[in-house]
Amino acid sequence: MFDFYFNFPLWIRMPLQGVAVILVLFPLAAACSMAERKICAWIQDRPGPNRTIAPILAWIPGMGVLQRLGLFQLAADGGKFVFKEDPVPGHVNKLYFIAAPILAMIPALTTVALVPFGAYLDSAGRLVPIMLANVDVGLLAVFAVSSLGVYSVILAGWASNSKYPFLGSVRASAQLISYELSMTLSVLPVFLLVNRPGGQGTLSLVDVVAMQSGGWHGFAAQSWHGLWGVFYLPVSAFIFLVALFAETNRQPFDMPESEADLVGGFHTEYGAFKWSLFFVAEYCHMIVGSGVFCLLFLGGWNLLPWLPLAKLAGLLGVANHPLLMGLLGIVIFLGKVAAFIFFFMWVRWTIPRFRYDQVMKIGWQRLLPLAIANLVVYALAIAWLQPRTP
Amino acid sequence: MSGLLFNFLAVFTVGCAAGVVLNRNSVASALCLLLSLVGVAGLFVQLDAFLLAVLLVFVYAGAVVALFLFIVMLLDAQGGERKKFKGATIVASSLAGLLLLLGVCSLQAHAQLPATVGVAALPVGATLRSYAELLFTTYLLPVEVVGFLLLTAMLGVIVLSKKFEGLEDGK
Repeated sequence: MFDFYFNFPLWIRMPLQGVAVILVLFPLAAACSMAERKICAWIQDRPGPNRTIAPILAWIPGMGVLQRLGLFQLAADGGKFVFKEDPVPGHVNKLYFIAAPILAMIPALTTVALVPFGAYLDSAGRLVPIMLANVDVGLLAVFAVSSLGVYSVILAGWASNSKYPFLGSVRASAQLISYELSMTLSVLPVFLLVNRPGGQGTLSLVDVVAMQSGGWHGFAAQSWHGLWGVFYLPVSAFIFLVALFAETNRQPFDMPESEADLVGGFHTEYGAFKWSLFFVAEYCHMIVGSGVFCLLFLGGWNLLPWLPLAKLAGLLGVANHPLLMGLLGIVIFLGKVAAFIFFFMWVRWTIPRFRYDQVMKIGWQRLLPLAIANLVVYALAIAWLQPRTP
Repeated sequence: MSGLLFNFLAVFTVGCAAGVVLNRNSVASALCLLLSLVGVAGLFVQLDAFLLAVLLVFVYAGAVVALFLFIVMLLDAQGGERKKFKGATIVASSLAGLLLLLGVCSLQAHAQLPATVGVAALPVGATLRSYAELLFTTYLLPVEVVGFLLLTAMLGVIVLSKKFEGLEDGK
């Protein structure tokens, strides 16, 4: 059915796929901003944005539901950012001031290429992941690209040439570098488990999901393959979660923009479309970060523990339809990501912001030793318990 | 196609490296260093050394240059003017450059590269294991020695930069 597509040369297919994924991710990130406003409103017991609607659409019956959900507010906000005057203050360093929001978008959109978001069975019965670039260094590449995001914050603060943005960006760079360590150390136990003795060595996220998609074999040792990472690596999951909040600058770690003492932090001097680029980049980071968390610790595209996607597709009778099965996997995965983003927002509107010294203390004196201890304990346990021969 | 890409990456890398030295603004220099590192990572990708490329971006571009920028910003918010080169520095660096050029020329003239590279036999991406095996067998001692040197340097920096007033000696 789709042979004509696979007959296209690679240099046409790859950009097409990339654009398709970005076209999904970009509105998703924008929708997150509306979700954030609605969720914070519900948590604070108020209705949130519920008035905006285009006059013509208001005549269509049933549109009231969408209106009260704030769906048209999203379109109105987006339109506003496009048509608003884009101010560049006179005292800024222009080149870097304009480059910073662009630099924010590049890593945010590039990391998506390395994250698998579904899978289907090919005609030979093998599970094929759906992703743009299936590279063996998988997670390391995600970390590498996303670590470049810090430059947009540094540049924005420096180029703004005023005090609040500058303080915000100094804080941000210190925070991002500090928590990167704990984050990297926390995922090592996962890959100690994935790489069985005798294997070729892999850092691929696809293999992590494969490790978590086993069936139920009774109360045998084999059954833990069906469990999700969060059950047997709870400390890793917790450290990764905290570091993820810090890396995405989310409350309670939003030091770089803490509006109470820094006005808006690194984006104080920005307005209109440039500011919204920072905003969208933050949500893109959140979506990709949630995706990586779901892949590492929540079983990726498997619906329930001990119910891998292949089995579920067999039960639903779609195992022979690559398209339907791929859609099923993507829906399950996106559902998990959405739930996780809800969790992000829930935390944001519940927990107060840390002080800056507390952020540093948590990062270096609590999280990092915990991550190292966690790694050592799991390394010893795996060396002791894992069978030598594959 | 790959030849074109190599030429582009090579010019890009060297150009950015020149930008590091020639820029008057130290923040711009640090950014040129960043771009140059990304260019080198691209060259590694062309050599199929994906792990090296990713590690280079992760460690150097992602963290080390960010620290450079952090320090530059802490010391001087405006990026600052650069000091003029001293005469001795110019002589020493041009000597070093000449030596490097000589080395590259002699390598091109005399060195015999192996005709077939052994790694090509491996399936794409199955290289982590070979890296790890070399790191933990042949190169274990050098890696440990370099790590120890770095640790010593770090301790030295702490001792030199920290003021120990008000501790037991001062009272």
